[in-house]
Amino acid sequence: MADEPQRVINALKETGFFKPRKIYDGSKVIIGIIVLLGAVGFSFFYDLGKAAKAPEPEINTPTIQGLPKAERVCVEPKAYMRENHMKLLNQWRDQVVRQGKRQYVGFTKKKYTMSLQNTCMECHSNYDNFCNRCHTYSGITPYCWTCHVNKPKEWAAGRLQE
Amino acid sequence: MEMDRREFLKLVGASALVGMLGGWEAVELLAPGEAEARYLTKPEALEAERWAMVIDTKKMDGETARGCIAACHHAHNVPDIDDPKREIKWIWLEDFEHAFTGQPQDYIADRVEGTPFLVLCNHCNNPPCVRVCPTKATWKRIDGIVMMDQHRCIGCRFCMAACPYGSRSFNWMDPRPFIEKGYPEYPTREKGVVEKCNFCAERLAKGLVPACVETSKGALIFDDLADSQSAVRKALRQHYTLRRKPYLGTNPQVYYVV
Repeated sequence: MADEPQRVINALKETGFFKPRKIYDGSKVIIGIIVLLGAVGFSFFYDLGKAAKAPEPEINTPTIQGLPKAERVCVEPKAYMRENHMKLLNQWRDQVVRQGKRQYVGFTKKKYTMSLQNTCMECHSNYDNFCNRCHTYSGITPYCWTCHVNKPKEWAAGRLQE
Repeated sequence: MEMDRREFLKLVGASALVGMLGGWEAVELLAPGEAEARYLTKPEALEAERWAMVIDTKKMDGETARGCIAACHHAHNVPDIDDPKREIKWIWLEDFEHAFTGQPQDYIADRVEGTPFLVLCNHCNNPPCVRVCPTKATWKRIDGIVMMDQHRCIGCRFCMAACPYGSRSFNWMDPRPFIEKGYPEYPTREKGVVEKCNFCAERLAKGLVPACVETSKGALIFDDLADSQSAVRKALRQHYTLRRKPYLGTNPQVYYVV
């Protein structure tokens, strides 16, 4: 049993398995293989070593700049908002629509009106450079904006659309 | 295992103590906690046990009525679609014959015959639209307002079939291109959802009366039906009123002084 592999190799040798063989139209085939690998691998090689940059949502809006430094905070701490804003928005939606409660006490005890279109977009008035930066990066298309207006001020002035 | 009386009592005492601690934990767990305390109703919000509306058609003329419609449709971003099959309406005009079917008059008073009646969602006490909604996207609030949750609406239109007043409209297309001047305080709707009057729930929450009431120059009265001293109850005491299709058992809560 111990020399079983050796026996298989010997058997293969007898059939000529290890003898060099000719590839018909070899040069064309090899060029073809190289072209194919190049075409398939192009997108990998093209971006090789270049990690896609993490998006940086911009918070330099007039409203935020107008706030005193100490008050430049969201309704919850930054880290929480970054991870959980979608869950918070769902809770806001349920509270406003279902429970009729429209005021939210932020982590600083400041009171906010729960409104995506008016409260959130008041500070974050730069939809394209705030919301959309991360959403585009991560390939997310939230359907908030089919009803809620992402640029309410422009809209009121008669200018829209996305 | 043998146990004397003394040991038994010790064990029972200890068990009771552990049980009590567990019970206290449950009390802590179930008590309204931090999460609830962070969602508040605004102090200026208008509240009632049962909202209702009286429409005094004697005080209502065509111009005022159209003003009410315009105010409502602006305040809720209702699109202006000039096609009766696709139009969206929250509040609109109807003549007596069509508003009050089932109460026909062979010879009607001249004034009534020519009067356009403002009609809107009746916010029924027994709303058939709520009964048929498969997703609970529409429901009756504790204060009587029949609300819509556009987030939940799947556009099946059962509610439209159920409503005997035609108060509901379906968005056959994206309404945004048909909104002439946007009202940023309120969202729009999207293609594929049903919408209707919400008795201005969003304005009541801010302490404002409904938009149509504000524009009506006193022809629309909006108040708490459960309060015997309210303006609505006073109007109902002073005038004989009609309701739309009351024989259907929906118990509509919009009353008409004719």
